[in-house]
Amino acid sequence: MSTTATRDPKSPAPATPATPARRRRRLRGSSTFNFWLFTGPFLLGLAIFVYVPIGWSLWLSFFDARFTVTPSEFIGFDNYRYMLTNDDFTGSLVTFTVFAAFIVPTTWAFSLGLALMVNRLRFLRAFFRSVFFLPTAVSYVAAALIWKMSIFSGVRFGLMNTVLGWFGVDDIAWLASPDPPWYWLVLVTVRLWLQAGFFMILFLAALQNIPQELYEAAAIDGAKPGWQTFRHITLPQLRATSTAVILLLLVQAYQAFDEFFNLLSKSTWGRPPLVELYYIALGENQDYGAGSAGAVILTLLICVVTLLQGKFLGFGRGDESK
Amino acid sequence: MPAFSNSSWDRRSVLRAAMGLAAAGGLAACGGNNGRGGGSGSGKRLVQYFHAYGEPGTEQAVKRYAKAYREAGVTTQWITGENFESKLFSALLTDNAPDLFEFHPQIQLVRSGQVADLTDLVEPVKDDFNQADIASHTVDGKIYGIRMIDDPQFFFYRKSLFEKAGVDVPTTLDELIEAAAKLTTDKVKGVFLGNELDAVIRPLIWAAGADTLDEKNRIAYHTEGVKEGLVKLRKLFTSGDLLLGAPTDFWDPSALNQGLTAIQWCGMWAMPQMQQALGDDLGIFPFPKVTDAGAPAVYNGGWSMFVNAKGKNVEAAKEYVKWLWIDQKEYQEDWALSYGFHVPPRVSIAESADKLKSGLPAEGVRLFDEYGHFDNIGFTQAMIDAIEDVVADCVRSGGDPEAALDKADGKVERELKKLFG
Repeated sequence: MSTTATRDPKSPAPATPATPARRRRRLRGSSTFNFWLFTGPFLLGLAIFVYVPIGWSLWLSFFDARFTVTPSEFIGFDNYRYMLTNDDFTGSLVTFTVFAAFIVPTTWAFSLGLALMVNRLRFLRAFFRSVFFLPTAVSYVAAALIWKMSIFSGVRFGLMNTVLGWFGVDDIAWLASPDPPWYWLVLVTVRLWLQAGFFMILFLAALQNIPQELYEAAAIDGAKPGWQTFRHITLPQLRATSTAVILLLLVQAYQAFDEFFNLLSKSTWGRPPLVELYYIALGENQDYGAGSAGAVILTLLICVVTLLQGKFLGFGRGDESK
Repeated sequence: MPAFSNSSWDRRSVLRAAMGLAAAGGLAACGGNNGRGGGSGSGKRLVQYFHAYGEPGTEQAVKRYAKAYREAGVTTQWITGENFESKLFSALLTDNAPDLFEFHPQIQLVRSGQVADLTDLVEPVKDDFNQADIASHTVDGKIYGIRMIDDPQFFFYRKSLFEKAGVDVPTTLDELIEAAAKLTTDKVKGVFLGNELDAVIRPLIWAAGADTLDEKNRIAYHTEGVKEGLVKLRKLFTSGDLLLGAPTDFWDPSALNQGLTAIQWCGMWAMPQMQQALGDDLGIFPFPKVTDAGAPAVYNGGWSMFVNAKGKNVEAAKEYVKWLWIDQKEYQEDWALSYGFHVPPRVSIAESADKLKSGLPAEGVRLFDEYGHFDNIGFTQAMIDAIEDVVADCVRSGGDPEAALDKADGKVERELKKLFG
C-alpha cells in the first residue's frame, strides 16, 4: 500500500491552488459536525447495545434475578460464588480451550493450504476462489442442520455412515455420546467448512503481495523451490496476515454458539461458555443474576486474554512489529 | 467552480434530508408497529403462544377458533423449533409478551406472578374436569391454568416384527433390553427412546417405584431403584440395539413408521398417523417396571392454557380462555380428537368421545387411567432439566449414576429452596 502511495504523488497535483484552501476551510468549519455525523450513529448504537447491557448485567449480577430483569433482592457476591463453583461453567471454559486448540491451527493450516493451491492455478483460478469462498455465506444454523441431519446422521442412510458401510463399518451415532468424542469431528468440520474460504481469501491477498523479486533472488542464491522457499520466504512474509488470522479465529472461537447449540441438544458436554450462559440465563433456568455474573467473569477473562495477546503477538503495535 | 460547490451542497442537503427521514421513519416504526395497537377502543387485541404441534391441521384449527371469537382479535404465534420453553420464558419478560399461552403447570410461574389466577373460571365446571388435572394446576387452593388436552406417553411397537423375532411384550426393563437385542437387524433397530433419551427419565423414575418429589416437596428420585434403572439404560445405550441420531425425535412417529425401529417411545397424539401408516401392525405398552418394587409407568403429559398476569389485557384474555376452553365444548372436542389423539380432560367430552372407545385408542386410555402419572406443579422446568442432565451424564457419557444424581440434587435443592424455603 505504501509503495503505491509514493509511486504516484503526481496525480492530485493538477488541482488548482484555490481548491485545497477552500476545502480546508470548509472542513475546519464543520469538522465537529462531521465527526458526530460519522461517529454519532455508531457511538449511539455502541452505547445502547453494548454499554447499557454490560452495565445492566453488572447490576443484575449482584441480585437474585429469577424470572425477572428488574430484581429487588440484593445478594452481594453470591452469584459469583455460585458460578465459580459451578462445574458446568468452569467446564465450559475447558471446552472452549479444547475447541480453540482444535479449530485455530486447523483452520489456519487448511486455509493457508487452500490459498497456496489456488495461487498456483494457471486457469480457473477465479472459479476455485469462488467455490472455496462460497460456504462463508452459509448460516451456521443451516450448516449445523445439514451436518446433523444428512452428513452425520446416526442412521444407516446418513452420508458418513453410508460411506463407512462400504468398508463394513457399523453405523456410528456421531452426536449421541461423548465417548468416543465423535462430536468434535462434527463440530470442527462444520466450522472448518464455513470459515476456511474466508481466511483463504486473506492469505491469497497476502501471497499476491509478496514481491516476486524475493523468490528470484532466493533462486539465484541457490534456494530450492518448494519447502525451502516456503519456509524461509513465503511464511515470514505472511507473518502479519497470520497473526491477524489467528486473532480473528480466536475471537470467533470465543463467540461459538450456533453450531454447538444446534448440534448438541440436551447434552452436558461440549458446551462453550456462551451456550452454558444461555442455558443458565435465558434457557429454562431464567437465572439472570447467575447468568450475568458468568458474563462478567467471561468479559474479564476476554479482556485479560486480549491484553496478553497484544503483549506477546504485538498485534496493533504497527509496522515495526514485523 | 460554482457549479461544483453547488452540487456539493446539494449532495449534503440531500444527505441531511435523507438522514432526517430515516430518523423520523425509525421513530415512527418504534411508536406504531409493535403488533399491539390496542388503543383503537373497539375490540381488544390479544396475542397467544402455541408450540408447533406436528399434526396437520392443528395450526389452522387454533386460528379458526380464535377467528370465531367476537369480543377480541386474537393473534396466534405458532412457535416452531425445539425450545418453546426458552422462547416463552424470555418473551414473558418483555413488552411483547403474549397475553395468553399454552404450557405445563409449573409453580415458578405462579411464584413470580406471571400467571393469573383462573379459579373463578374453572370453579363452576370443576367437577367436569379430570380431578388429577385440577390437582396439578392448583397451588394453595387456587387454580392457575386450564387443561386443554392430556397426552399419555408410552411405547408403540410393530406386532409383525415381534412375531417374526418371537418376542413377547416386555414387562420388565430387562425384558425390554432382551427384546431390543432380538429385534435388531442390520436394517431395523430394536428400540427408539428419542435421540437424547430425555423423554424417558420420568417414566423410568416412576417405574422404579420412586417419584420426582414427595408430598412435602422433597427429592424422591434419588433411590437405589432409579440407580439400577440408569445402569440398565446405559447397558441398552451401549448395546447397539438402540436407535440413535435419527432424523426426527421421539414425539414424531416417523422413526417407527419408516421402519427404523421396532419399538418407539411416543405419545398418543401420534397414534392416528401411526395407524394410517401401519394399519393393525401396531400395539402399545407402558414403560415396563424397572425393579420388582416398581410398577409399569405412563407419563400423562399435556398442555394447558395460562393467562399472563403481567399482560395489558388480563381480563380480556381471561374472557377468551373462558369462552374457548370452558364454554366451547365443540372446539375442545375437535382439538382433542380431530388431529392427533389426546385424552379430553373434560369428563363429559371424554365420555362422548367415540374415537377413543374401541381398539388401540381405548387401550391407550386404559394405560392412561391405570399407569398414568400427571405433572407435579412443584417440579419446575429447571428441575426437569436437572434430571434430564442425569441421563446425559450417566447413560450417554457413562458416568457414575450416584455422582450424576448428586449433581442433580444440588440443582434441584437450589430450586426447592427458592420456591418453598
